[in-house]
Amino acid sequence: MNKTVNPNELKPVDDVGPLYAPRQKVYPQSVSGTFRRIKWGLMAICLGIYYFLPFVRWNRGLGAPSQAVLIDLPNSRFYFFFIELWPQEVYYFTGLLIVAAVALFLMNSVGGRIWCGYLCPQTVWTDLFYAVERLIEGDRRERMKKAKSSDPLKLERVSEIVLKHSIWLMIAWWTGGAWVLYFNDAPTLVKELVTFQGPMLAYIWIGILTATTYILAGYMREQVCTYMCPWPRIQAALTDEWALNVTYRYDRGEKRTSVKKAAELRALGQQVGDCVDCYQCVAVCPTGIDIRNGPQMECIQCGLCIDACDNVMAKIGRPKRLIGYDNDINIHRRQEGKAPIYRIVRARTIVYSAIIAAIGGFMVYTLATRSLLDVNVLHDRNPVAVKLSDGSIRNAYTVRLLNKSGYDRAIAIDVEGPINPTMHVVGVDSVTPDRPIIVIPRDSTSELRLLVTAPAENNPEKSIPVRFHVMDIGLGVAASATDNFVAP
Amino acid sequence: MTDHSSDIDSVSGKSTTGHQWDGIKELNTPLPRWWVITFYLTIIWSIGYWIVYPAWPLIQSNTTGMFGYSSRADVAVELANLEKIRGDKMAALGTASLVDIEKDPALLALARAKGKTVFGDNCAPCHGSGGAGAKGYPNLNDDDWLWGGTLDQIMQTIQFGARSGHAKAHEGQMLAFGKDGVLKPDEIVTVANYVRSLSGLSTRNGYDAAKGQKIFAENCVACHGDNGKGNLEVGAPNLTDKISLYGTDEASLIETISQGRAGVMPAWEGRLDPATIKAMAVYVHSLGGGK
Repeated sequence: MNKTVNPNELKPVDDVGPLYAPRQKVYPQSVSGTFRRIKWGLMAICLGIYYFLPFVRWNRGLGAPSQAVLIDLPNSRFYFFFIELWPQEVYYFTGLLIVAAVALFLMNSVGGRIWCGYLCPQTVWTDLFYAVERLIEGDRRERMKKAKSSDPLKLERVSEIVLKHSIWLMIAWWTGGAWVLYFNDAPTLVKELVTFQGPMLAYIWIGILTATTYILAGYMREQVCTYMCPWPRIQAALTDEWALNVTYRYDRGEKRTSVKKAAELRALGQQVGDCVDCYQCVAVCPTGIDIRNGPQMECIQCGLCIDACDNVMAKIGRPKRLIGYDNDINIHRRQEGKAPIYRIVRARTIVYSAIIAAIGGFMVYTLATRSLLDVNVLHDRNPVAVKLSDGSIRNAYTVRLLNKSGYDRAIAIDVEGPINPTMHVVGVDSVTPDRPIIVIPRDSTSELRLLVTAPAENNPEKSIPVRFHVMDIGLGVAASATDNFVAP
Repeated sequence: MTDHSSDIDSVSGKSTTGHQWDGIKELNTPLPRWWVITFYLTIIWSIGYWIVYPAWPLIQSNTTGMFGYSSRADVAVELANLEKIRGDKMAALGTASLVDIEKDPALLALARAKGKTVFGDNCAPCHGSGGAGAKGYPNLNDDDWLWGGTLDQIMQTIQFGARSGHAKAHEGQMLAFGKDGVLKPDEIVTVANYVRSLSGLSTRNGYDAAKGQKIFAENCVACHGDNGKGNLEVGAPNLTDKISLYGTDEASLIETISQGRAGVMPAWEGRLDPATIKAMAVYVHSLGGGK
């Protein structure tokens, strides 16, 4: 019922209570089951890659870095196993980011926020921190009891707290330490760091990442997911009715009552659910929500409530997956007595997969076919063309030669066009007329000023294309670029 | 004052702020405490900034902050460091010969970079930022040089200038044949057309080529040479080529012959240090006109 409110009747705003809501701390209980095992496995893989990847070696020859994955900022190079990227190839990262974003959409359309539940660094590290906490302080009940206790701190309790924070800080410190190893030769840097010879910047970054890991995984935890991360708010717009979400199947859950009572009511032929209101799903939830209230923004879809509920269902002899990866369509279908259907291949998933395949394929193709010799040409703009005393016209170009290979190259430059141009490279004496040869050191660039002259009889009326060829005279590897020859 | 915390929304079970619009009540969903604390901390942090760093403008100056930090002082230190780092390279530029600079890719790159910035500051007002010049201001990209286009000649022109008043400056003048009454107006028109014919340009109908050649031979060959090819010694331009500093149309030529020309190139010796002049010579030479 819509009731129009007279603005004058609106009440003043000066008595709205506290500005903040005290955080309700979450004490997730340990749980075992399928999804917990998947989580442990993925955590081991993710952290294993993160911590140990910098130590993987890759032989690139003498003088080149031998680290498999290295971001060499001072020399503007990125090394990833057999791939070496230059700054002008940074679009590969753009492509990678686009693929990552679409992959996130694809994951979302198939299984909801499985990224959040299994792979997000916040989840992985928080999960690890919880494991440490549980190991030292005990499970949910003990931790709640210890937190509530107002007794003066005993030595045993103090040592627990100190131990917990020490291990947390060690993990956080290791996290920051592994981070800087991606930016420098790992074994050398480790040696430098432990002997306090490392660069200041490395210590600063280790400090920053130690602090953020410790704070985000140790204290902020689910608050990051709820308040800091934009993804929960975005993903709601990307999901659809077919996406599998952690779902409480209220079709077989309501109404909730004890095992004994349920049996009695069932005997009387009354509608009664499998849910026994044991709150195990709530107890294990790392974000502290009740999944039985339906899909919620805070839910990271980690599936731990599924494990918890399955364990209870097994004990009371009811079918598993009262909570499971499911969707509303199937709940309705079951209620109507139809078999559930799972549709992973849909227009949406096909489109996402196609985009990933297209961009990924294009990137792999360009990466595989890219030349280790490259030439960029830039026409000088001031002046665009110069008339010489014999009436011929000359244009100047800035030519950048890139030798991405691991050896020095002798490069011959040629220019070709309908005007039959001649050419001179400033500072280079041509051995053969109009075909200067320049040696470009390995893994570097050279910038040259090139003067191209059209003989007076060939003066173009308007701007016409000319083509620059560069060729490794030893190996015959060639590259070319087109620019315009401009008439004054 | 009314307490709305008792006003509980029946659906969500949360208290409301007491506001309602069109019957829709606003839930009281406060921010988390850590968020609010962080917000206040940033405010305190900003106050610290005001105190520690130069921040507030005063009437004459500004607050100086603590610890004597100032970004201007930082820049001065950075610049001094930069000079120190560049010191060796600039010294190398100062000692190397012009030819050696052009042969060494590293020195050439340095000289061109240095020359380009100095050119922008000192030469661009007349010669244009790319050295393309304008009418009366030579185009440094072409191959026509009044005073010679070799590295040494370019450097000499930059160092001492032309008609600059410097003792070693280039001297030479295009006389004002009309103003000084040496040639009559019709003779000037005739010789102007003759000069155009030297470059292969069209001439006025009914112009007397023989007369033009005669006037040229009597008045102009002393500087421009028998065949009009010019003379570097006195800065007399080549009249037979396709480019011209003051224009090759008849009106421009008549003006040049009547009024004379005496453009001035300032001397840069003393204003710029020798290494910089050298860098500039290399830069100008590399523009493409150098011989």
